[in-house]
Amino acid sequence: MIDSSVFQLVCFYAFAAVTVVAALGVITLRNTVHAVLSLVLTFFSTACIWLLAEAEFLAIALVVVYVGAVMVLFLFVVMMLDIDREQVREGFIKYLPVGIIVALVMLGEMLALIGVRAMHEQVMGANPATVAGMSNTEWLGHALYTEFLLPFEIAALILTVGVVAAVVLTLRHRTGVRHQQASQQVRVDARDRVRVVKMAAVVPAAPQPAPGKETTP
Amino acid sequence: MITLSHFIVLGAVLFCIALASLFINRKNVIVLLMSIELMLLAVNINFVAFSRFLGDAAGQVFVFFILTVAAAETAIGLAILVLLFRNRSTINVAEIDSMKG
Repeated sequence: MIDSSVFQLVCFYAFAAVTVVAALGVITLRNTVHAVLSLVLTFFSTACIWLLAEAEFLAIALVVVYVGAVMVLFLFVVMMLDIDREQVREGFIKYLPVGIIVALVMLGEMLALIGVRAMHEQVMGANPATVAGMSNTEWLGHALYTEFLLPFEIAALILTVGVVAAVVLTLRHRTGVRHQQASQQVRVDARDRVRVVKMAAVVPAAPQPAPGKETTP
Repeated sequence: MITLSHFIVLGAVLFCIALASLFINRKNVIVLLMSIELMLLAVNINFVAFSRFLGDAAGQVFVFFILTVAAAETAIGLAILVLLFRNRSTINVAEIDSMKG
C-alpha cells in the first residue's frame, strides 16, 4: 500500500516533467503548429499540478480559458498566416548559446534567491478552504465578490476593451464593393420603380399589299 | 510530501525556458507571444503555490485576474500580428523596424 503523500509527490514529479518537456518543445519545435499543440500540453499538465495544490477552480478555468479559447485562437492565426518555415528558423543556432547561458544563469540566481533548502521545511498544511468549511470555488468566490469586487468589474471592462480592440484592429474596409443598403430599400416608393404613362392607343393601319413583288409568308 | 519549494522551482524553470525562447526565436512573433504566455504561467504557478501554503485567497484571485488580462493581451496581440502580416507579409521581428529612428 503506497503512502498518499508519496503518491502525491510522484504525481507532482510526473506532471512537472511533462510540463518542462512540453515547454522546451514550445520553444524548439520547427513547426509552429506543433509548438502551439505543445503549449496546450504545457497548460494541461500545469492544470493537473494546480489540482495537486487543491486549486480546483483555477485548474478548470485554465483548461477552459487557455486550452479551450486562447490556444484555439493561436492555432487559428498560425494556420491562417502563410509563414515561410525556413526563413523563420534563421538565427536559431546563432542565438542558442546566448539564450542557454542567460537562462541558466538566471535559473541559478533564482534558485539561490529562493533558498530551496530553507523552503523545503514548509510542507503543505491543511487546505484553507476546507478549514473554512467551503469548497475551493466558494472560498474564491467569497474573496472575489467582497474584497475584490472593484478589480473584478475592471477585469470585465478590460475584456470588453480587448474584444472591441481586436475587432477594430482587424476590420478592413474594402473599396469598390457593392453592398445591399437596407435603409434605401425600405424607403423606396412605388413611383420610383414603375411610372405609368398615359398615351393614346396606336391603331395599326390596314395592311396594304406590296406594290412590286409578292413575299411568301 | 510536496513542499513549497517544489512549486517555486517549477515556476523558475518555466520562466527561464520562456526567457531563453526570447533569445533564440528572434524571427517568429508567434513563438514570442507564446513564450510570454509561458512566463505568465510560471508566475501563476507561484501565486497558486503561495496562496495554498499561506492560506490566503488573494493569491488565487490574482491568478484569476492575470488569466483575464493575459487573454485580452493575447487577443490584441494576435490582432496586431494579423494586421502586421497583412501589411508587411512577414512576421520576422528583425524586419519590423519602420519606427526605427
